[in-house]
Amino acid sequence: MSVALREPGLAEVPKRTPRGWLWQLIRERPSAAVGAALLGIFVLIALLAPWLEPYGVREQVGPVFAPPSPQHWLGLDDGGVDMVSLLIEGTRVSLTVGFAAALVATVIGGSIGILAGYFGGPTDMALMRFTDYFLVIPDVPLMIVVAAIWGPSLFHIIVVIGILLWTGTARIVRAQVKSIRERAYVKRARSLGAGHTRLIARHVLPQVAPLLIANVVLTIAVAIFDETALAFLGLGDPTNVSWGTIIEHAFLRTAVSRGAWWAIVPPGICVALVIMACYLLGQAIEDALNPRLKVSYLSVKGFRLRPLVGRGPSAL
Amino acid sequence: MSPQLAVRDLHVWFDLPHGGELHAVQGVSFDLEGGDRMGLVGESGCGKTTVILALMGLLPPSASVAGSVLLDGEDILAGGEDSVRPHRWVDTAMVFQGAMNALNPVKTVGAQIVEPMELHGFASGEEAERRAGELLEMVGIDAEAAARYPHEFSGGMRQRAAIAMALACEPRILFADEPTTALDVMVQAQILELLVGLTRELGLTLFLVTHDLPVVAQVCERAAVMYAGEIVESGPLDELFHEPRHPYTRLLFAATPDLYGEEQVLSIPGVPPRLDMDIVGCPFRERCDSAFDRCVAERPVLQDVGADHRAACHLNERTVPV
Amino acid sequence: MSDDASLLEVRELVVTYPIRRGIVGTIRRRPKRFVHAVDGISLTVRKGEMLALVGESGCGKTTTAQAVLGMVEPVSGSIRFDGQEITALDSRAMRPIRRRMQLVYQDPYESLDPRFRVRKTVEEPMVIHRLGGSKRERERLMFDALRRAELSPPELFVDRYPHELSGGQRQRAAIAASLVLDPELLVADEPVSMLDVSVRAGVLSLIDGLRRHADVGVLMITHDLSTAAHFADRIAVMYLGRIVEEGPAREVVRDPQHPYTKALLSVVPKRDPRDRTTPQILKGETPNPIDVPPGCRFHPRCPVAEDRCRTTDPELRPIVGSSDHCAACVLVAAPSP
Repeated sequence: MSVALREPGLAEVPKRTPRGWLWQLIRERPSAAVGAALLGIFVLIALLAPWLEPYGVREQVGPVFAPPSPQHWLGLDDGGVDMVSLLIEGTRVSLTVGFAAALVATVIGGSIGILAGYFGGPTDMALMRFTDYFLVIPDVPLMIVVAAIWGPSLFHIIVVIGILLWTGTARIVRAQVKSIRERAYVKRARSLGAGHTRLIARHVLPQVAPLLIANVVLTIAVAIFDETALAFLGLGDPTNVSWGTIIEHAFLRTAVSRGAWWAIVPPGICVALVIMACYLLGQAIEDALNPRLKVSYLSVKGFRLRPLVGRGPSAL
Repeated sequence: MSPQLAVRDLHVWFDLPHGGELHAVQGVSFDLEGGDRMGLVGESGCGKTTVILALMGLLPPSASVAGSVLLDGEDILAGGEDSVRPHRWVDTAMVFQGAMNALNPVKTVGAQIVEPMELHGFASGEEAERRAGELLEMVGIDAEAAARYPHEFSGGMRQRAAIAMALACEPRILFADEPTTALDVMVQAQILELLVGLTRELGLTLFLVTHDLPVVAQVCERAAVMYAGEIVESGPLDELFHEPRHPYTRLLFAATPDLYGEEQVLSIPGVPPRLDMDIVGCPFRERCDSAFDRCVAERPVLQDVGADHRAACHLNERTVPV
Repeated sequence: MSDDASLLEVRELVVTYPIRRGIVGTIRRRPKRFVHAVDGISLTVRKGEMLALVGESGCGKTTTAQAVLGMVEPVSGSIRFDGQEITALDSRAMRPIRRRMQLVYQDPYESLDPRFRVRKTVEEPMVIHRLGGSKRERERLMFDALRRAELSPPELFVDRYPHELSGGQRQRAAIAASLVLDPELLVADEPVSMLDVSVRAGVLSLIDGLRRHADVGVLMITHDLSTAAHFADRIAVMYLGRIVEEGPAREVVRDPQHPYTKALLSVVPKRDPRDRTTPQILKGETPNPIDVPPGCRFHPRCPVAEDRCRTTDPELRPIVGSSDHCAACVLVAAPSP
């Protein structure tokens, strides 16, 4: 019927694999790099905490609220404990709670979001009702109630924060999954006879993964903040040192009136820095996922002129 | 007699995000006489949309332009945005690709036709609304429909509305970018009939950009074929079909199935060259069925091969026909 | 009626979608309205034959294809694949059938998972249907499918991602993924409308080659009459959910009987500038499939409609002089009984 054809020559596109997108993102955007670096530093501190702490977190090495000195760069707290050691220990606990709670939230929220978005119909409606019930529960009162009933422990705190945070993830994931499900290649795989498990695991999940990662990072920020707030309210785990408990102790022991800023401000700065790092990284990932707002050629004018020097002869 | 629009050696470069430039339009020249219906044909990525955006001055800041565009003798690109703006919509207007999907959903159709009139100081208030009604009638829509919203219109009607909008300030030249591509064949026929009728009634010059050769063959008298940013052949449609002087033109026609044609429908192997690197030799040579040694090193230039018929191919300088 | 070579037989297929009334509508008891996407069509695709289902948007051709593939449930009618009734099958029973009929999508940019290399896309059907015992066997079948889809040499393409391929190459990769299961029926939904003109013929001839050499039956959905005329054996023209004309491609194109077919053919632009037949441009646009006109559904726009067309709903009947060519119009002379 027509000339049988081969198509030699591939479109030569610079290699840009879908994997390693995170690396590429960090290289390309300064905000992502800064966020990732900052977060990385804190994670490192958390991991190496036992070896980094200059003094023990329970040993009194000087008078209460001693000001900063060459031996104790950030002074001592209400129990005479070295602030730097406390901060380092607090990094470990705060980050652990933050990461763990975010993980719980993402796993629950991600699963519900995927199931609701993928199956649609009555499943979707039921799951979303369920999500709505959790959405309307006020955070702090719930935390207070749980702490009061269950008693404060790191585990309970992680669970509580996780339960409160999954709803946001669920909604975002559901929306994304709904749109992925309609894509031609998913329908194609379905028409091939692929089962639901395969479709979700191979086609939906990889597409949702970047969104989940951005969401996890942002959730970590919220989780750490929530933990700090809980601890500050006295609902935290008293046996563990977190940034929140450091601030709480300081407040309770009248650090403010004593002018012992070194007992309150440094942990607050740490919380702020980690949250900022998470936001920088998380937002950068989200931005990269959104189709870039194309500057429409209709809205912006301002092309540049170039002198035509020595170009080929005009044809006319 | 000087042409209404004379484009001379138009070049457009786009800055690429990771450095380098894309040479999207590589020296395009052509003339438009008043009342002409001319087509610009090419496949995706050849630069045809960029050409009309350049003529309208609608390129983004990442673009740089060189060359001259003479509207009745005046170079409208010479002063950049400032020299183009007074002519935009008033002398030259455009129907965009997918215009029917780009109508503002929260404004009535009438308001959207009035808007350019008021923006360009052409008419305002009641006078503008009356004119909007007239324009709608001219494109085959009831004047009362001006009070309706785009979602109440069918696809064909929305395209007509987009044409009415383009004609709001009585331009002399209408650029149409793929005006019927997303439409059914019957609606396409209606729109094309409308466009031809408008050129006759209003003395409008029509410049039709599309990948659809048969559409150009039916609507236009002359056409230019674009490939890799340049015009490779231009002339009367009749000659382009019956006596093509560039292999791409010939192959493009051969790749277009005809309702009653019996010949094989061909395919052209390969892909167009990258425009972010300098092209050595003829840009079409890797896909050409008649390339020879001269094509490898020397880039052909657009030359006369007949009355008002030009082609950029080394074969024309041999005695053997293409 | 049905002969041994018929691969796909559709009889009196009806597919309707209900329109949601909303709470207000339900309370006010507004009458239920339906989209009559497919309103009783019958067609046959034989082995090694290409049937082009042609029509404008809203005529029901895509819905028909979806019903054939089991992606939408028909309200009534029968679909027989290789003699087996498939309308009532559940998804488990449909699985072996799905292996034997494959869909070629319109959009080459969307029909491949952007995260899968070509290798994985082509292998996936085999994994789903547990074909090819060993990894090496599957690789062999995959290379073979790529070659048949004219992506040669296959080694050059297997490890590429879709964004590294051109539109035509992507479409071929999608076709290769269908071929790897050795389908008997291909349903091609506008397989080339999103490709550049210069690569269309290549993909179409590939599909055509399959029908010739592998005896694959092809149901091609398209709005492009010229493509249908060139590549299909038979053409069926749809309007508002019904087939209004059907017959061998050349006959339908050169000797159209139904007024709609005649008008449609007359407005298709011809590539020869000298060929200026007067187009018969119909007024208005196709009405939506919710409010189907009574009688002959084409009568409001028909240039030769008579009074009886308002009340008579014509059947698809053979025309005089041809057993193969049918039209649904009371004005078309029927063979004497």
